[in-house]
This record gives sequence, structure tokens and C-alpha cells, in this order.
Amino acid sequence: MAEIKDRGYVNSDVLVSTDWVAEHLNDKDVRIIESNEDQLLYSTGHVLGAVHVDWTVDLNDPVRRDYLQREGFEKLMSRIGVTPEMTVIFYGDKNNWWACYAYWVFQLFGHKNAKVMDGGRIKWQNEKRELNKEIPRYSATEYKAPDRDDKKIRAFRDQVFEHVNNNLALVDVRSPEEYSGKRLHMPDYPNEGALRGGHIPRAKNIPWAKAVNLNDGTFKTAEELKTIYEKENNLKPDDNIIAYCRIGERSSHTWFVLKNLLGYKNVRNYDGSWTEWGNLVNVPIEK
Amino acid sequence: MDEYPAKLNEIVEALSLISDQQERRDILIDYAERYKEVPPEIAMRPFSEENKVPFCESGVYVWTIRQAEGTLKFYFAVENPQGISARAMSAILDATLSGERPESIIKVNEDLVYKIFGQSLSMGKNMGLTGIVQRVIRDSRKFL
Repeated sequence: MAEIKDRGYVNSDVLVSTDWVAEHLNDKDVRIIESNEDQLLYSTGHVLGAVHVDWTVDLNDPVRRDYLQREGFEKLMSRIGVTPEMTVIFYGDKNNWWACYAYWVFQLFGHKNAKVMDGGRIKWQNEKRELNKEIPRYSATEYKAPDRDDKKIRAFRDQVFEHVNNNLALVDVRSPEEYSGKRLHMPDYPNEGALRGGHIPRAKNIPWAKAVNLNDGTFKTAEELKTIYEKENNLKPDDNIIAYCRIGERSSHTWFVLKNLLGYKNVRNYDGSWTEWGNLVNVPIEK
Repeated sequence: MDEYPAKLNEIVEALSLISDQQERRDILIDYAERYKEVPPEIAMRPFSEENKVPFCESGVYVWTIRQAEGTLKFYFAVENPQGISARAMSAILDATLSGERPESIIKVNEDLVYKIFGQSLSMGKNMGLTGIVQRVIRDSRKFL
């Protein structure tokens, strides 16, 4: 795989390599953050000095279906010893799916110095790099965050409805079985949390994992990504795009790719996603 | 309390007394480390799609064998090396349900996943783990 800077990304600074992370394990200006789908993984061993950010506990409001507010984000940053000036490096399981989700939530609070370790946990492990079980303790910091800004990178259902009515671009990053609604109707299998199956009208089905090399979890090159999103699915860098999945986690990965690696200007993540749209009364659905 | 088989009840009751999430994680990791992959005399790669738990992203396979005395024996394979929770679930199901009769096993229900892993599971993870439990129950029904 080519060096990150040689892959043609519009903003290659949002990625760091495993080598880079290995060289910055003791960098006081860097905080490494592991964020996984599997809650047990961090405790089995993590990158030395990495803190754990659990999306269910740390990034969500405990009562409402929403992300934490400014005060909660400040407390989180204080607890993990991060200042506004520090660079945070996200990595995790599932080809950085959850790392990108955490990255996206951090952007709601404007933490600009944020990057993702290319390849995530699987690449680190495959390279036989050290995993450490010691839970690091950092001095609490004073972190003053702005109010959460949902306008630029987050979409709500009314905006999605308007988007549909205006024939603007939607990307459904779920599996083809979820997109078609087939999965919801299979007997003896877990319920997806939605009453109806299918997809938002005219959404293109581009499963999120197409953006990564499955052998090592790294992101594909810009040319390969353009083939997937532009040549095969007719998206354009100037399009107004909303991405969604089931609850907004997989689509945050696609958001990361379109926004940062391909430099699309206007991409939002609809975190209500199918668990909201598939339960709404009288909204249009295609199968 | 659900009428789970006795060994499974023991684990569920023990976990219900734990309020510290890290302690629960340590116990589950301990189970994950006890996970044993399906032996080659039962199945070899490439595993049959018939044995795959659909939609479990950890790539879990289940085999159910009826033993001479009428009890069942479960075997598992977790293909995702990072599927620690899937390994823990598989090890717990093997440790507690293998050796039980199908009529006991079908009393297990989907609530088991939350009882073992706690409430703060992601939806996707819950669905995957629930899929493993459902597969075990469904297989058991075939032997009634």
C-alpha cells in the first residue's frame, strides 16, 4: 500500500500510519483514543497509553437519543486528559468504523486536531505491535468546548425529508440485504429495530466497507474511492450529500471518506438513520 | 428468573451481582480466552454457509451434534480475530448448554445477551450476539 501522502487524498493530514503512532506513543501533545464496537477489546490490550472512549457510555446522552452536550464533552475531554490544542488519534476495530464515529462526534464540538490511524486495530495487531493492558491515568485538563454544532455535518429527519423532495443525493451505506428490506423479513433472526424495511427513495447503496482494503483495514486510494463513489455511483464533489445507515455509525465512516479523503464540501451524516426512518409514519420508502 | 439450564443460571446470577462494568468485562474476557474452535473432526474450513450465523459480523459458525444420551453438544467457530464478545458468548453457551437436553435449551431466550453483557451494548453487537443465541435455540428445536 502506498504511503498515505501518495494516495491522492484531498486531505491526507487526517490519517496517520501505524508507524507514526508508534513513534508518538510518548508525545505529550498527542492522545491516542481507542473506540470499538466490541466493548471487551480495549481491556484485552491496547496501544500503549491509549484511552478508551466507549460510544454508548461516553458519547451518547444517557436519556435522550442524542449525543452528549457541551458540558458532557468537556468532562469527557478532561477525564481523558485532552486539551483543545492536543492532537487526538482515533483507532479501533471493524476497520475504524467506530473510530470514525467518535471522530465525527468530536467534530460536532469542533476539535480540529483529530486524525485516524489508518488500518486501525487490525493493522496494528497484524504488524505484531505491542498491546498493553495497563489503563493509563492522565491529569484532568481544563477543556472549554463550544456548543455542539449540528448544522454542518449532521442531518435530522426533516432535513432528510426536504432532501428527498429536492432530489438531492443520499447514500445508504448498509448491506444490500438491509437496503432491499430483505433482512427485516427473515424469520428467526434478530430484529433490526425498524418496523419497515427498504431504503430512503433514490438513495444509492454503497456499503461503507467498500472504502477499505479488507486485508489490512487501510483506506483505498483516492483513485479507487473515486471509482466507487463517482464512476460507479455518479456522485460529484459538489453534491449535497446525506449518508445514513442504521444508527449513523457506519455512515460516519463514509462521511469521513467523502469529506476528508475525497474533499467533498457538503456531506452530512443522518444519525437517526434507518431506525428512525423505518419507524416513521407516512414517509416514502423504496424497496 | 428465567428457567435457564442450571449452569447458565449460575453465570447469569453471578453476573447480575456485578455492578462494576470493568469487572464484568474481565469475567467475559476470561470466558473468551476459554473459547475453543470447532475441532477438525466436526468441521474444517471452508465452513459451510449452513452453519453460519447470519448477519453476525464476527463470522460465527455453529454446529449442533446430538449425543448418545439425547443431550446436545455445541461447537463454534469465530472467524473475526477481534470478535472477543462473540468468543465469550460462544464459550459460555458451550460451557452451559452442551450436555443439556433440547427441551431445556429452548427455554433460553434472547434476553440472555443483555443479562450477560449488560445494557450498554451497541445495537449491532446485540444483534450479532442474539443471532448466536437464536441459532442455538433453533438448532435445538430440531432435536425435540
